[in-house]
Amino acid sequence: MAAGKSKWGDWLEERTGWRLVQELIEHKDVPRHRHSFWYYFGGMTLFLFAVQVCTGILLLLYYRPSAEAAFESVQFIMTEVQFGWLIRSVHSWSANLMIAAAFVHMFSALFLRSFRRPRELTWVSGSLLLFLSLAFGFSGYLLPWNKLAFFATKVGTDIAGVVPLIGPFLLRFLRGGDEVTGATLTRFFGFHVAILPAVTTALLSIHLYLVQKHGMSVPPSVDPEKAPRMRFIPDFLLRDLVGWLAAIALLAGLAAIFPWELGEKADPFAPAPAGIKPEWYFVFMFQTLKYIPAKILTIDGELLGIMFFSILGLLLVITPWLSPAQRPAEKRGWLPVVGVLVIVYIAVLSAMAYLT
Amino acid sequence: MMPDQQPPTRRNILNYFLGTGALASLGAILYPITRFMIPPRIVESAASSVVAAKVAEIKPNSGKVFKFGSKPAILVQTPTGEYHAFDAVCTHLDCTVQYRPEERLIWCACHNGRYDLTGKNISGPPPRPLEEFKVNVRGDEIVVSRG
Repeated sequence: MAAGKSKWGDWLEERTGWRLVQELIEHKDVPRHRHSFWYYFGGMTLFLFAVQVCTGILLLLYYRPSAEAAFESVQFIMTEVQFGWLIRSVHSWSANLMIAAAFVHMFSALFLRSFRRPRELTWVSGSLLLFLSLAFGFSGYLLPWNKLAFFATKVGTDIAGVVPLIGPFLLRFLRGGDEVTGATLTRFFGFHVAILPAVTTALLSIHLYLVQKHGMSVPPSVDPEKAPRMRFIPDFLLRDLVGWLAAIALLAGLAAIFPWELGEKADPFAPAPAGIKPEWYFVFMFQTLKYIPAKILTIDGELLGIMFFSILGLLLVITPWLSPAQRPAEKRGWLPVVGVLVIVYIAVLSAMAYLT
Repeated sequence: MMPDQQPPTRRNILNYFLGTGALASLGAILYPITRFMIPPRIVESAASSVVAAKVAEIKPNSGKVFKFGSKPAILVQTPTGEYHAFDAVCTHLDCTVQYRPEERLIWCACHNGRYDLTGKNISGPPPRPLEEFKVNVRGDEIVVSRG
C-alpha cells in the first residue's frame, strides 16, 4: 500500500515537483504567544473572500447588468429562485464581514508592528488589498440598481470628479458618460466581476506568497526564541476551520434573520430619499464631508476633505517607512497612538452619522 | 496489533463526531447551492391566437416569421394565394425555418432541411413535419390560432 502510494507520488513528483509543496506544508509553523489570536483574522478575511467568490459566481447565473433588467433580476433572485434570498443575503453580509475582518487584520498588524523589515511589502500589498475591498464594496453596491445605490454612486463618483486635474476625466471614466445611467451600471459590473477580481487575484497571490516566505511575524514584545511553535497543518488550520465554521453559521443566521433588502428601483428623476447613507465603512468619510465648510480660505472644502483622506490612505500604504526600524521592545513609540486616534476618529464620526 | 479488537476510544468517538459534523455542514452548504442553480420554471404565455400580419403586408409566394406566444411561427402565402401557418421551429435541431420563394418551400438553413407547403418534411434531416396552425382572415388582419 505504502509502496504503491510512493510510486504514484514519485510519478507525480517527476512531472510536477509537487513534493516541494508537501515540504513547505510540513515545515510551516506558527509562533504561539499571547497575541497569536490576531493571526486568525488574515485567514478569516481570505475565507470570507472565498465566500464572496462562490456566492458571486452563483449570482451571475441570474443577474442581468442593465438599467432595464438589473433590479428585476435581483428581485427574481430574491423571490423566485430557490434559496436565492439566502445566496444574495450571504453575499451582502459576507462582504461587510470581510471588510470588517480586513480592518481588524490591518489594525492588528499595525499595533503588533508586523510590517517591520523584511515584511514591508507584505504590508503594502495588504493595504492595497484593503482599498480593493472598498472598491469591490462600492462597485457591487450599485448592481441591484435601487434608489440608495443610485444616489450612493452619484455622490461617490461626484467626489472622484473633484480631484484636481484628473477629476473630470475620472468622473466620466467611472460613469461611462456625464451622468449615472445604464452605462455606469454596465461599467461597474465589469469592474466588479472582471477587473477588480483580476487585480485582487494578482495582489492576493503576492500577499500570500510573502506571508509564506517570511512566516508569521512575532511582535517585538515577544522573544521569538522563547515562543513555542504550532504546526500550520493540521493544528493552526483546524483552529482556522473552527472560526470559518462559526463565520458560516453567523452568515446563515444573519441572512435568515436580516435578509438583505432590495429597496425601490432606481429612478433618475426622483429625489434622493431622506436619511440616505453609504455603507458603514464609508460613513466616517461621508460624515466628515458634511462638517467641512464649503470654503476654507479660498479652497473648496470638499477638495480639502478628499485630499485629507487621500493623504491618509497614502500614509497607510507607506506606514513601514514612517516608523523607526529598531527600538527596544518596551518603547512603544507614537504609532500606536496614531492608530488609536484613527480608530477613535472612525468610531466617533460613524456614531455621529448613525445617531443624528 | 489487533485493530478490530480494540474498544472505542475517546479519540475514535471524537473523530466520528468530527466526521459526521463535517459531512452535515458540507451538506447544509451544498444543498441550497444545488437548488439555487436549478432555474425556476417560468409560466409560458399560452397565447391561443395572434394577429400574424396584415393582408396587405404579405404577397403570394412569400412568408413571414412572427411571434406566437414565446416561440416563432411562420405564415406563408402560397403562389396560388392560400394562407398556411406553421410552427417555425425546425423539428430537427430547433433552428428557425424560412420561406424560399425560388423553391416554393420552407427551408431550414442550419442543416438544409426542407418542408413542402403543407409542412411535410420532404428532404434533409428533419424527422417530423412542422406543426400546422389555423389561419383566418378577419377584415384586413390575418389571425393565426392553435388547433
